[in-house]
Amino acid sequence: MNQPMLEDSPYLPKWAEITRIEQLTESEKLFELRLVSGEPLGHTPGQFVELSVMGIGEAPISVSSAPAENGVFELAIRKIGNLTTAIHGSVTGDRVGIRGPFGTHFPVEEAKGKDLLFVAGGIGLIPLRSFIRFVLDHRDDYGEVIVLFGAKNPSERIFLYELEQWGNREDIVYLDSVDKSGPGWQGNVGVITTLFSKIHVDPSRTFCIVVGPPVMYRFVILEAKAKGIPDRQIFLSLERKMKCGIGKCGHCQINHLYVCQDGPVFRYTDIFDLEEAL
Amino acid sequence: MELQLIEKSDHDLFVQNLINNYQVEGVKPKDGSFIYGSIKAPEELCLDFDCTLISPKKYFLPPKEALLQFALTPDSEITPLIENDPFILFGVHPYDIKAINQMDRIFARGVPDPHYLQRREAALVIGVDPTAVAPRSFWADMGASTVSEGFDLMFTDMGEHFIVEIGTNRGRNLLEEHAKLKPATTDDARERVRIRSRISHICKKRGFAFPKRDIPKLLEHSWNNFLWEEQASKCLSCGTCNIVCPTCYCFDVEDHVDLDLAHGERIRRWDGCLLQDFAAVATGENFRETRASRYRHRFFRKGHYLFEILDDLACVGCGRCASGCLPDIADPVNLFNKLKEG
Repeated sequence: MNQPMLEDSPYLPKWAEITRIEQLTESEKLFELRLVSGEPLGHTPGQFVELSVMGIGEAPISVSSAPAENGVFELAIRKIGNLTTAIHGSVTGDRVGIRGPFGTHFPVEEAKGKDLLFVAGGIGLIPLRSFIRFVLDHRDDYGEVIVLFGAKNPSERIFLYELEQWGNREDIVYLDSVDKSGPGWQGNVGVITTLFSKIHVDPSRTFCIVVGPPVMYRFVILEAKAKGIPDRQIFLSLERKMKCGIGKCGHCQINHLYVCQDGPVFRYTDIFDLEEAL
Repeated sequence: MELQLIEKSDHDLFVQNLINNYQVEGVKPKDGSFIYGSIKAPEELCLDFDCTLISPKKYFLPPKEALLQFALTPDSEITPLIENDPFILFGVHPYDIKAINQMDRIFARGVPDPHYLQRREAALVIGVDPTAVAPRSFWADMGASTVSEGFDLMFTDMGEHFIVEIGTNRGRNLLEEHAKLKPATTDDARERVRIRSRISHICKKRGFAFPKRDIPKLLEHSWNNFLWEEQASKCLSCGTCNIVCPTCYCFDVEDHVDLDLAHGERIRRWDGCLLQDFAAVATGENFRETRASRYRHRFFRKGHYLFEILDDLACVGCGRCASGCLPDIADPVNLFNKLKEG
């Protein structure tokens, strides 16, 4: 009989230490983490991890930072369920469990030398930020860069300091909008698709990367197609309940695909005809 | 193929020897049905049954199992719990063995799942040919009357004796060590074929009105069929069809904390895609909110999605879903035949 190989369980998390916490909005916090083992997370922008608070549970969370040399990584988390409420109660120095990274990633290599159009809706900016920051870290490797960001209202805008930085940069175009204005807001008002009339792209060399709430995708894809961007250069990151992360538990299925393995980043041409995708 | 023969009068001795040396799990009658449970005496074991309530998948993927153990202190070690205590599973029909073979592939592919695989590895599976057919079974039409692998031994009730097919060396050793054997003749082998084909013939009364390999194609054209809505309007979203199905393996993972609030376990438990919140996420979005979408998903999984992985339908024709479904909408024979009618 085989001896049990204890270290082999794919459900065993690694310990990570919270090294910094930043309150982003009323309901979102940014957690900077470092694996206790000292090894880097080893993710590529677009991938996610399974985050554990032992005794509470586990949930899929997208990595919000670009791969960093100092080995830290960031998770931006909305306080919305049991696990996320628990981690919002953590303090610097607390330990959490991490499995992963899991899933597919944004086309960081394929888009090299090409233009990028990032479209983020609400907390869709969290996963997209990993790619945006990667591009800004390797700015010379990419062509024109446009970032469009839409939020429901001004108070739900996250990463405010960075948004301001992006707005001030000469080497990218940054535009944002809110669905509904609020106190002090002087920017664009309207759904994110209204920003498309303000931009110009060279469609054949543009990769459009879209992350947002489920309802957003259809409309943004129509705009991207109207700009002439080829379907195979449109990428989406889809949210589902990725419970196990290893293509077994069944919760994240979109038709025959497992979002935890075949996604969360999909090329539009791979899913446009799937009934359950968009 | 290697066949041996055990006289019925010697069978109890064999079972007793197994009980003396192993944990033995097998089929027992209960309240007019049949269940799998611990066998403590030879007379408890029943090899003459039509179908059990719950499939033997529970031995490899328990309804609830601890994956990890931990203490609720910082820096505490998290210990994976991987069971591999040897046991004998005695009395598994070929269709259930076919289902186990499918599950083996599912849990071994991609990232292997040792919690399942080690339990599976630890089990000695003794199959048995059916002597009766449950009213809703259609395993003969699913090509599951016999299996060529997935068992260590396979018993066939021949009346005065059992013929035993040896599937593995582990099975041979078990048999040689614990049973009084006689060689089987070619006549015995021929008789076994006849007995198998007779029972299979009885089962063939239920089945599809078209070749089952057409089912993936049929489903491809059936996404918007009115039947999903019509049938699912009676669905109770109870998940019984998932629970009793030998090829359903979806699970949920959750943490349970001990009453001392100092220790806990991460457990997995059976989940079902028919349950209302199966595809719901924390933001409130439910990606399969309607009963019809969940009901359709199950049939697409059985008949289409898993086909690519298994090169076969993820249904073995046991009929447990059909007999377990109160509004009687879960029967694949009824549903696929209706879909085919258009």
